Amino acid sequence: MSDELLKKATESTRKKSVPEFSIGDTVGVAVRIVEGDKERQQVFTGTVIARKGAGVSETFTVRRIVNNEGVERVFPVHSPRIADIRVVRSAKTRRAKLYYLRDRVGKATRLKHADSKKARRPAGAPAGDERTEPAERE
Amino acid sequence: MLPGILGKKIGMTQVYDENDVLHPVTVVQAGPCTVMQVKNTDTDGYDAVQIGFEDCKPHRSRKPQIGHAGRAGVRAKKHLREIRLPEPAGEDIRAGETYGVEALEGVEYVDIIGVSKGKGFAGVMKRHGFSGQPASHGAEKTHRSAGSIAGHASNAGLGGDIKKGKRMAGHMGVDRTTTRHHKLIGIDKENNLLLIKGPVPGAKGQVVMVRKSKTARIR
Repeated sequence: MSDELLKKATESTRKKSVPEFSIGDTVGVAVRIVEGDKERQQVFTGTVIARKGAGVSETFTVRRIVNNEGVERVFPVHSPRIADIRVVRSAKTRRAKLYYLRDRVGKATRLKHADSKKARRPAGAPAGDERTEPAERE
Repeated sequence: MLPGILGKKIGMTQVYDENDVLHPVTVVQAGPCTVMQVKNTDTDGYDAVQIGFEDCKPHRSRKPQIGHAGRAGVRAKKHLREIRLPEPAGEDIRAGETYGVEALEGVEYVDIIGVSKGKGFAGVMKRHGFSGQPASHGAEKTHRSAGSIAGHASNAGLGGDIKKGKRMAGHMGVDRTTTRHHKLIGIDKENNLLLIKGPVPGAKGQVVMVRKSKTARIR
């Protein structure tokens, strides 16, 4: 019961719909940046290596290489500062957290390509399997 | 308006404000609270208001409880608390009236009075913030102990008494605890919820009193 009330308490600050993306996807995250009274958007593109938490507190970590230096940014999924999350490329992963990418450079950081959601679904699973649907993880 | 209301701690979560800043908040389901009795200087010697929270099942309430609640024309309540008033209660506070979270509308800061979580038999480091003993440099077996508690002749005469009130290990927690000036982030009238910034004493499900802050400076 108390969980329900917590959900109700955060209802106004949670986003109505969150773009679908999963671990291993290459995403472009559009972040709203307010400078004084001017506002602009900056896109941070990289690989999603983790999704953590639930409800309004859910966050995801995006990793990319800038000037030969690994850069990771943690974004709250429901932050109003995040204008858009666009999936550039999907990948097939066998881990929920891709922290092993931190120890790799160059070619070793490539992930298996996944063209469609079918490829991500484990073999033999029924078509209606919703385990890979991010929306269900709340 | 009532100076405070009773509620139940639901748990903690986070909310964004209008500036997109994320705040840690404790959700308290507060009210509806009923005014059970209004005390005044003439009959009771002081001014106060007694409020009740949550109906008690009839078979679990005793006759004195039912009688006391009957004087306000309501069912017996599980929780009763008295709040002192600086001046006689106004016309808007009358026995039998019910208030919800709207009693705290417009309030910027609140104080929370609750009962802290039980910590059991706790040592001096946890209970009183002592420094303990060194982890190395030849320390043996005593790393978290208190050290000396008194000298050989601490009370002038030989034999030495330990001073009364010397802080030692013992039971910790389950104390009435007040935390002050929490910012009141939001009020959800529909579900009777208060969003209070920061942690609040007590376990989930515990009854806490939320009152307009007495000490917060008005900016």
